[in-house]
Amino acid sequence: MWKSARRGAALLCAALLASACGGGEQVGSGAQSQEKVTLSYGVWDATQQSAMQELAAEFTRTHPDVAIDVQLTPWADYWTKLKAAASGGAAPDVFWMNGPNFQLYASNGVIKPIEEQVDTSVYPKALVDLYTYDGKLYGLPKDMDTVGVWYNKTLFDAAKVKYPADGWTWADFKEAAAKLTDPDKGVYAIGAELTSFQEYQYNTIYQAGGYVISPDGGKSGYDDPKTIEGLKFWTDLIAAKQSPDLKTMTDTAPLQLFEAGKLAMYWGGSWDVAEFTKNDYTKDKVDVAPLPKGEKQATIIHGVANVMSAKTEHPAQAWEFVRFLGSKPAADILGKKGPIPAYNGTQSAWVGAHPELKLQVFLDAVAYAVPYPVSKNTAAWQEAELTNLTKAWTGEVPIEKAAADLAAGMNDLLAKE
Amino acid sequence: MTTTAGSRAVRAARVEKARRPRAEALWGYAFIAPTGLGLAVFYLWPVLQTAYFSFTEWGAFGGHTWTGLDNYTRLLGDPEVGRAMLNTLAYTALGLIGIPLAIVFAALLNRPGLRGVSVYRTAFFLPVVTMPVAVAMLWRWLYNGDYGLVNQVLATVGIDGPNWIADPATAMYALVVVGIWSSIGYNLIIFLAGMQAIPKELYEAASLDGAGRVRQFFSITLPMLSPTAFFVSIVSVIGSLQLFDLVFVMTGSGQSARANPAYGRLQTVVQLFYERAFVTNDRGYAAAIVIALLVLIAGLTILQFRLQRRWVHYV
Repeated sequence: MWKSARRGAALLCAALLASACGGGEQVGSGAQSQEKVTLSYGVWDATQQSAMQELAAEFTRTHPDVAIDVQLTPWADYWTKLKAAASGGAAPDVFWMNGPNFQLYASNGVIKPIEEQVDTSVYPKALVDLYTYDGKLYGLPKDMDTVGVWYNKTLFDAAKVKYPADGWTWADFKEAAAKLTDPDKGVYAIGAELTSFQEYQYNTIYQAGGYVISPDGGKSGYDDPKTIEGLKFWTDLIAAKQSPDLKTMTDTAPLQLFEAGKLAMYWGGSWDVAEFTKNDYTKDKVDVAPLPKGEKQATIIHGVANVMSAKTEHPAQAWEFVRFLGSKPAADILGKKGPIPAYNGTQSAWVGAHPELKLQVFLDAVAYAVPYPVSKNTAAWQEAELTNLTKAWTGEVPIEKAAADLAAGMNDLLAKE
Repeated sequence: MTTTAGSRAVRAARVEKARRPRAEALWGYAFIAPTGLGLAVFYLWPVLQTAYFSFTEWGAFGGHTWTGLDNYTRLLGDPEVGRAMLNTLAYTALGLIGIPLAIVFAALLNRPGLRGVSVYRTAFFLPVVTMPVAVAMLWRWLYNGDYGLVNQVLATVGIDGPNWIADPATAMYALVVVGIWSSIGYNLIIFLAGMQAIPKELYEAASLDGAGRVRQFFSITLPMLSPTAFFVSIVSVIGSLQLFDLVFVMTGSGQSARANPAYGRLQTVVQLFYERAFVTNDRGYAAAIVIALLVLIAGLTILQFRLQRRWVHYV
């Protein structure tokens, strides 16, 4: 009896020890042997995993002493996990970065500035600016995306409305919206989405001549009358019932409504090409046009960059890898199946993949594109945007008041950064 | 002299007596050590750390500065905290309806000679073993204003149902229904166990005295179940106060939840904690929020223990 009890206790202790060891092993697998180095590469998009693996293999072919371990963390957990890993000094050697998070990582010294001279003229300037903090470049742009108007040709034909063309304006858009709306069939012109400012509000704000955040990152632009004009663009559509109300869009996202033939237009990023060419309903019904012109022509441009952890044990190899990922050969590999590569002149493969769609629209937009507005703690005021504008979207509060409240709240948050 | 010698002997005997249980106690501690250590390392220590961090400003990547009571004064003046507390308390209070419901269903399932008992029990227990996220997704579809099954059924009797979880007027009730639906199986099993522990003689004596089924239920079953009901109410109140996953998924995942017009009615304390800790990188404040919740839970639990004298009958 005693013997077995004692053995049981010993087993338990052993189990505890084993689990304790198991937990510790994940850290620092990079430095196993001296001649061969393994770099970890953190990414979030499962659809790009094979392209990333191909890039890793290509890099190892030219750098036989460096192996790349591509670590996929789904988007929902990516930033939470990365923050925890970076706090513990265990971030991947190289990882994907996006605009809203960039300044947070750069200002906290979590990522390493690029010390070497780099020819940045090969990337869109807006993206180079996006990843520059305090005059230093921290990441090389990997891909890019802009926004266009996806439209349902069948619904346009049914309403006898001309397809949107280059150079169309807000007035043209509003005229088309009124004609396309058909309450009897449950068809709306568009869904004034509130959960993707990148595809909706930011675009109209800049088209109206307004701004989201001042260039020095210190002041909110939401109390600017022109910015409010850009927001009103959407609340007017809801008020005119040319867009479903917010309750309906909360239950069923505009993307789903568009794919069910309930919306004639959908403002969407270049990344939607994968979705719309795959979806059975949209694949032979949609095409894409540039965003309509307000006071100005504008679209938001954003792109992912590859950055290095400030605590990487292999800074030289990490930089070699980042430089390779930002090179033309890497962009060629990426462009074959992935998003639009950021490297100028490598995008034709992406456009050519779907000759039935006017994908050139997204590339032409780069000429007048505005970078995605960010600051050091972007997430804080992005929350304020939703909190305040939701009230205007439901009609509870006039848009002028909601925007003024938002500006005040955002200015407080910016002052704390 | 003799008295001292005698008392010394007594003392020695006492020490000897005390030492033996102590050796056994040591073994006892050895056996609970694995759990105890786990609890200390993964619960107690983090709780203490959280309490400490609630007095600091703590950014996204560690590195904290002591700010004293700043977080707590801010918390008292933060309308979102008050709103989240009210929502959480409303959910908790409404969720208590699940307890009498569970007792009724348990009593029905406990009827002698009921056929297919295991089928019913499985049906009631299934939501408990289903992942909360899956449950929330499923109900999200059911509650959809235009395409949801709930409104389709209502439409057959001529009712135009609302957007259940996007309408501030209905969202909380819609949420409570899901909460009760998913926890009723768990409570029911506990009540069934409690009912089966009630001595059969009581019912026999009662029926000899001419008490019918309903009378027996109210005069025997209910009082005898009160300790079980007390346990269930403690556990469900704590569970409700910590509500997160259901609301997180049903309102819309993550930050876009704030675009739900009913968000002001649905936001719970833990959800607010999540937003401050993991979305807006305000972790010291998040720690203060969760400590306030801890105090609320402790307070309500103490209150329940105080009140139990009035209604719980121990045999």
